[in-house]
Amino acid sequence: MAAENTSKPQADERLRRDNPLRRILRRPELGAIGGAVVVWLLFAYLAGSRGFLTLSGAATYLEVGAQLGILSVAVSTLMIGGEFDLSIGSVLGASGMTIAILSTQFGWNLLPAIAVALVLSLGIGAINGFMVIRTRLPSFIITLGSLFVVRGLTIGITRAITGRTQVGGIKDAQGYDLAVGLFAHQYEVIDPARIPRPGAAPITADFPLSIIWWVILGALTTYFLLRTRPGNWIFGIGGDQQAARNVGVPVGKVKITLFMFTAAAAWLVSTIQVISVGSADALRGEQREFFAIIAAVIGGTLLTGGYGSAIGAMFGALIIGIVQQGIVFAGVDSDWFLVVMGLLLIVAVLVNNYIRKRASEAS
Amino acid sequence: MSRVLKLILVVALVLLSAVSLTTAQDEMRPYRIVVVTHGQASDPFWSVVKNGVDAAGRDMRVTVEYQAPATFDMVAMSQLIDAAVASAPDGLVVSVPDADALGDSIRAAVAAGIPVVSINSGSDVAGELGVLAHVGQTEYEAGLGGGQRMAAAGATNALCVNQEVGNAALDLRCQGFSDAMAVAGGAVSVLAVDLNDPTGAQNAISAALTADSTIDAVFTLGPTGAAPALLALEEGGMLGSVKVATFDLSPEVLQAIVDGNVLFAIDQQQYTQGYLPIVYLTLFLENLNTPGAVLIPTGPGFVTQETAATVIEYSARGTR
Repeated sequence: MAAENTSKPQADERLRRDNPLRRILRRPELGAIGGAVVVWLLFAYLAGSRGFLTLSGAATYLEVGAQLGILSVAVSTLMIGGEFDLSIGSVLGASGMTIAILSTQFGWNLLPAIAVALVLSLGIGAINGFMVIRTRLPSFIITLGSLFVVRGLTIGITRAITGRTQVGGIKDAQGYDLAVGLFAHQYEVIDPARIPRPGAAPITADFPLSIIWWVILGALTTYFLLRTRPGNWIFGIGGDQQAARNVGVPVGKVKITLFMFTAAAAWLVSTIQVISVGSADALRGEQREFFAIIAAVIGGTLLTGGYGSAIGAMFGALIIGIVQQGIVFAGVDSDWFLVVMGLLLIVAVLVNNYIRKRASEAS
Repeated sequence: MSRVLKLILVVALVLLSAVSLTTAQDEMRPYRIVVVTHGQASDPFWSVVKNGVDAAGRDMRVTVEYQAPATFDMVAMSQLIDAAVASAPDGLVVSVPDADALGDSIRAAVAAGIPVVSINSGSDVAGELGVLAHVGQTEYEAGLGGGQRMAAAGATNALCVNQEVGNAALDLRCQGFSDAMAVAGGAVSVLAVDLNDPTGAQNAISAALTADSTIDAVFTLGPTGAAPALLALEEGGMLGSVKVATFDLSPEVLQAIVDGNVLFAIDQQQYTQGYLPIVYLTLFLENLNTPGAVLIPTGPGFVTQETAATVIEYSARGTR
């Protein structure tokens, strides 16, 4: 900086134009986008001849990435605002079970059942947010509590009503076709890379609608975070809550809304899952909260708040999808999946820190 | 930046190619069979299944790959099956604890012309899924048999301990057990525990036994439930006075049968559930041989005090 300025006339520091490369280097999503490319190339090399490069292969890791990505976009937004939500996996299970019980045990049409599940999820999110604001306890503790309370209620209530913990038969419920159109449509594409066995039908790759939900949600959230005033508030609250409050940001309202957003994302994923697989399970969504946080962190979101991006979280989820499914294509025992996941988390944080440090030194 | 990334890439490449190289061998048949189960890695039952898969892969000289989701998550499992199908294997082996969630993925495999054998859970749906065969025991009947033996031994008020809530097969076992006990005039209450938390499970069982002193029998649905149940009884001084029976074997369960602390274990011989599908699929690929019936039962067998001592050494080496 010093060298630059001595040769040129002194300009106003606020108007200084950054080197575009440096500006890109400072973006939080850079590591995740680069990482997604690296991981994809890695599996293309290891498992390219074993179906990873087919359309069907792409459909399977995009589906995993999309479902996790919907969660991680919301989680990264909440984390930018300085809070955690560990309850989303449980909300996912509870919301899916609500849809299943209302539609199969009480004969409801699926759409009102899905609407009730949304209201329930938003309610849990609001309670989480309200408790965090009111008790001033860390959201880690509050939502860790609701993780267990919501999961326990789901198991208990489901067993009390149905005598089981798994409810199927949703494909026979009223309004199923419309629900499929909204949440679980599959776009069938004939896969040119795969030749069917003699006598079998041509092999199609099914791209689920959830991929579109994922992209739209990521794009809208990014726009909201970077181009609107409430988006700016979220960064402010995560950076310095007291300072934000002092300049008139409604901290409580913003945080409660953010908790409702993560719960709504869990509802969306639960609806997609219940409609596409046709059953609900009291355990569904277990550990999803951690995978969503890992995806957000791989995507460059800081654990301490105030910094991060929704696009990064989308790509973080895509990385996890590629790894989870790529391991199957590569023929590696799934025993190793969690090892790779944990290492990926640590490496991502190291790389992100390194890039950010270099980028901020350079400016 | 690039140096760090390069280093990571190289290390990852070396590690992964090392893993894939060790599985390649000469003189192999050109078949690749992928096994996708719902078994959690922490459940010793599934290690035995995997041992059966690996042994059959060596014996048949075919490549086998074993996959399971990290948690009991049927959506994740259906995604693993989708990936396995997209990798175009020569044969596929799946367990079916939730036919609603997994049915579409399995039907897609069948439609793509991949021969499929289902194992363990899913005997009730095997026919409609279009699989070559189902290798496993029928869960409800096994639970029923367990309930009849328990009632005959004098149990009147039993606890059914479920360590994998959400698995329809385990719900069926409890149901069969309850029905058999009800016929004999007994009662059953279900207790859900977490198989990843043995201490929590032990405390839950202790609490249930303390809360209702008329409970005179504990029926667990697997070794991960049996071990905490035995500890809970020992701590409460009820070992011997409360009857215990369980599904499935482990060295600890077998020792407890020898010692007379467990009445019997219902054995579904899961090693054969891993081994036989690889044999059937190899024969199908070589000769178009098919099994004579869709349902190939591997149980229930009952291991009691008379037979436990001999079974114990097999269990220790991971094949029973």
